[in-house]
Amino acid sequence: MTQQGVRWTADQVLALAPDTASRKAGSKLGVAGPWSEAGSSEEGTVWGLCKGSGSKPYRTVIDIADSTGPAYKCSCPSRKFPCKHALGLLLLWAGEDGAVPPGKAPDWADEWIEGRRKRADDKRAEGAAGSASAGDPEAARRRAERRAEWITAGASELEQRLTDLLRGGLASAEQRGYGLWEETAARMVDAQAPGLAARVRELGAIPSSGPGWPVRLLEECALLHLLDQGWLRRAALPDGLAATVRSRIGLPGSADGPPVRDRWLVLAQYDTADSRLTTRRIWLYGAESGRTALLLSYGAAGRAPELTLPVGLTLEAELSAYPGAGQLRATLGERFAAPAPTGFRPPGVDVARAVAQYGEALRDDPWLESRPVTLGRVIPTPDGDDWQLADADGEFALPLTPAARSRSGLWRLVALSGGAPVTVFGECGHRGFSPLTAWPEGPGEAVTLC
Amino acid sequence: MTSTPIPASAPVPVPAPSPTPVSAPSSASAEASAGSHWEELVTVALLGTTRRTPSGVTSRRDAPTALLDAAAVETVRRRAGMRPGRAAARIEPAAEDARPALPPAAARRLTMLLADRPGAGSGGRRGTAPDLMELLPQWLATANRQGFAAPPQALPALLDAARGRTDIRPAVLAFAGPRALWLARLNADWRFALRAAPGGGAVLPGPEEPERMRALWEEGLFAERVALLAAVRARDAAAARDLLAGTWASERAEDRLMFLDSLRTGLCAADEPFLEGALADRSRNVRATAAELLSALPGSALAGRMAERAGSCVAVDPTHGTPTIAVEAPHECDAGMERDGVVAKAPAGRGERSWWLGQLVEAAPLDTWSRRLRGRTPEEIVALPVADDWQDELHAAWCRAAVRQRDPSWSRALLGTPAAPEAGGPGAVSLAERAKLLGTLGAEERAGWVAGFIAVHGLSEAFQLLGVCAVPWAGPLGRAVVDALNIARDAGSYPWSFSGVMGLAERCLDPAEAVRLEALTSVPDESENTSPGAGGYWAESFQRLVTTLHLRAAIHTELTQR
Repeated sequence: MTQQGVRWTADQVLALAPDTASRKAGSKLGVAGPWSEAGSSEEGTVWGLCKGSGSKPYRTVIDIADSTGPAYKCSCPSRKFPCKHALGLLLLWAGEDGAVPPGKAPDWADEWIEGRRKRADDKRAEGAAGSASAGDPEAARRRAERRAEWITAGASELEQRLTDLLRGGLASAEQRGYGLWEETAARMVDAQAPGLAARVRELGAIPSSGPGWPVRLLEECALLHLLDQGWLRRAALPDGLAATVRSRIGLPGSADGPPVRDRWLVLAQYDTADSRLTTRRIWLYGAESGRTALLLSYGAAGRAPELTLPVGLTLEAELSAYPGAGQLRATLGERFAAPAPTGFRPPGVDVARAVAQYGEALRDDPWLESRPVTLGRVIPTPDGDDWQLADADGEFALPLTPAARSRSGLWRLVALSGGAPVTVFGECGHRGFSPLTAWPEGPGEAVTLC
Repeated sequence: MTSTPIPASAPVPVPAPSPTPVSAPSSASAEASAGSHWEELVTVALLGTTRRTPSGVTSRRDAPTALLDAAAVETVRRRAGMRPGRAAARIEPAAEDARPALPPAAARRLTMLLADRPGAGSGGRRGTAPDLMELLPQWLATANRQGFAAPPQALPALLDAARGRTDIRPAVLAFAGPRALWLARLNADWRFALRAAPGGGAVLPGPEEPERMRALWEEGLFAERVALLAAVRARDAAAARDLLAGTWASERAEDRLMFLDSLRTGLCAADEPFLEGALADRSRNVRATAAELLSALPGSALAGRMAERAGSCVAVDPTHGTPTIAVEAPHECDAGMERDGVVAKAPAGRGERSWWLGQLVEAAPLDTWSRRLRGRTPEEIVALPVADDWQDELHAAWCRAAVRQRDPSWSRALLGTPAAPEAGGPGAVSLAERAKLLGTLGAEERAGWVAGFIAVHGLSEAFQLLGVCAVPWAGPLGRAVVDALNIARDAGSYPWSFSGVMGLAERCLDPAEAVRLEALTSVPDESENTSPGAGGYWAESFQRLVTTLHLRAAIHTELTQR
């Protein structure tokens, strides 16, 4: 399915690396020297033998066409995943110098691939059979009811804390410091409302966040109050908004939307990490449906999340949406082909339209921080110490968010533009615009900025 | 219209639901009152509802909830009604780069080379993997030869790489082109690019713009003037000299020195009158530089005067049984000598007379000696014994003269045969001088001499000499290096004793030699006289060498095919 000659770019391969050291080590192995008997099959398998310092070469095999993302197997002792050998082999494959010719996989590679595909098939069959008889529905209903009661108690308690705060005034919040909020957040965790807990924890950081903090603290308190009230009166809400409230509170939903098959362009992929968890966000755009979707993937601290989709490729697959009005999150269903390069680009809008779209999206989800949008024909323009994206054909501009201004991607964007219009995909919200991927005006590949 | 101007720096939340920039006059007061409503809410929230009640709330007990309700509505309203700011003044776009784009494979390789930047992962240079950053200079040189433009998105990484390594700056800036200078004006981290670029990145006027050229020469900054003079000199030696002569008298001494240095490019007999004039300069450094340049013109009057002086100091003594060179060093440094650039004061620890002699011989045309010493060839002259311990002084001066006058026959004579025992030092001619002498020979002869040297003397002294050889190394030289490494391995030493030569080989060995190296990449059996584990380390080093050679071959193919 992956035709010879249609290959990934080095950037796309390097995006699979779990960390910078692996990127570096993998880059060095992306040359013919240490490799022997390398080859690739039409079914999307790449294999090779890599000479290490030992007497026996490492056996490396990659399944690019696997339905759950590229899968790797290497006989080296590294615990990195993928290891440098897998990265090096993919880089070699991405090159055009014929070092990885088409061929038939050797037995050792074939065995592994066959085993994997069989296990995946079994799992799929099992999943299809299992979902029909998922436990006792009566017990599940009782569990859900009990949890809803806890959350209601938590939300009521939180309301009490918020009204106490406003009775005494926000000015006093600065003195009371972080401890109060940590304790309240812990109470929300006990109440099984992780969404509330996360918002409460963020409240604690606002009084030390620089000028204008009272406004931000009032905004966040008000939105938290709105969420509490939304939960307490969820029965009166329209279905879509009620689902949004449930997901914002932190109740697990399941992607039960109808599967949508499309050629999905990978717009952006980036990770955020805290001490416990790495969260990977992948934005997709459906070439036929015109829909934008978000995939989330998680990894334990210090480990890369498993799902990786290199920016600029398209994959033909089914996506199912999570419930909630205006909800963009989806889950990846069946894949019909391995990710492949494409010349397709998302259509862009102007700055005024992007801002208006965010405003409209707030109707479905008032807690929305930002919305994904592709800006067409904008010019990165310096504005004092700040940067903005200005319409090439209009008079309006969007400032970059403070975080985006300090990223090195800003300079890739400025360099790509050179003062001329570019197409930029990013997140547009009340803090400004955060660019994630850009395309030059003329021909050229997607350039990642995050 | 809105009641307050919209700052361009932030999305301005205005409470009007309409996203259009212009709204009807009737809504202006509504907007203003909504804005003051939010301000009131913030004030009440800060003070607390026990101190102040929000307007429209009767029950004090319900006041906090009412405040939160109103703030929630206002927050969502403000965000939903946000409008874009005004665009700031646009910057001048970067100049067009007309060069063709890199082939895709070469662009991929560049990404990989730049991913290996120091600081982009754990450091240390061990194992079998090549040091990609070391290959960047070669990649850049080839790309520049082929005239490719840099991919714009790679410019930040390229500039960062050049920031840390001054040695690759010229190549990076040439490759990065006009857009890199455009970027450097926007980011203080890259200011070095503006300093390094001739004329701060401005395009220098060509011969078709004599007025702009004259204006830049007369009014430009010093760096711009140096760049202009160098550019004109490279194109038309006489035009540059005329430009310089026009303002010479009014230039500052240190500027005169820098400008004079530009005449090194394309130095020719026509420069002599100007240089003769500079011999009378007020500045001693200018005088010395003018004299040095004149002495590199063997037909110049100064060279003739120096030949006269040096010739009177050196003669073949016929009274000895075998012909021997007798040296009679000058007894004084007269005004004429000083005017011709001879420095009168000797450095501490050197005799005045030998100091003067060295300068005379160095500045005298080398063909003086054949005439003076009865038609002998350079080989015969160098072979003559020298009386009274003057040999080192005399031969060293001849070496400097051969390098300055770029005279291959004298260089050859002074180098001697590579197999001679004194070639490995110590001798009258040091390794540093031999390296300079080699520089005057053709690439093939140079490589042949160094190959011969390595075959006899081994690698430990060869580093300096290898540095002046053309890259990639010629076949015989490459084979000599590999053979010597092989011998060093068999002798049982550790490879890191040869890490310098190994590193050079990675950069300079012809990739075609990789085939010959394959046999060396396996781990040999340990014998009694080898150091423990050395075999494994050698195999690793050779593997890295082979891998690097493959990579260099790939780089070359990627940049030159089509």
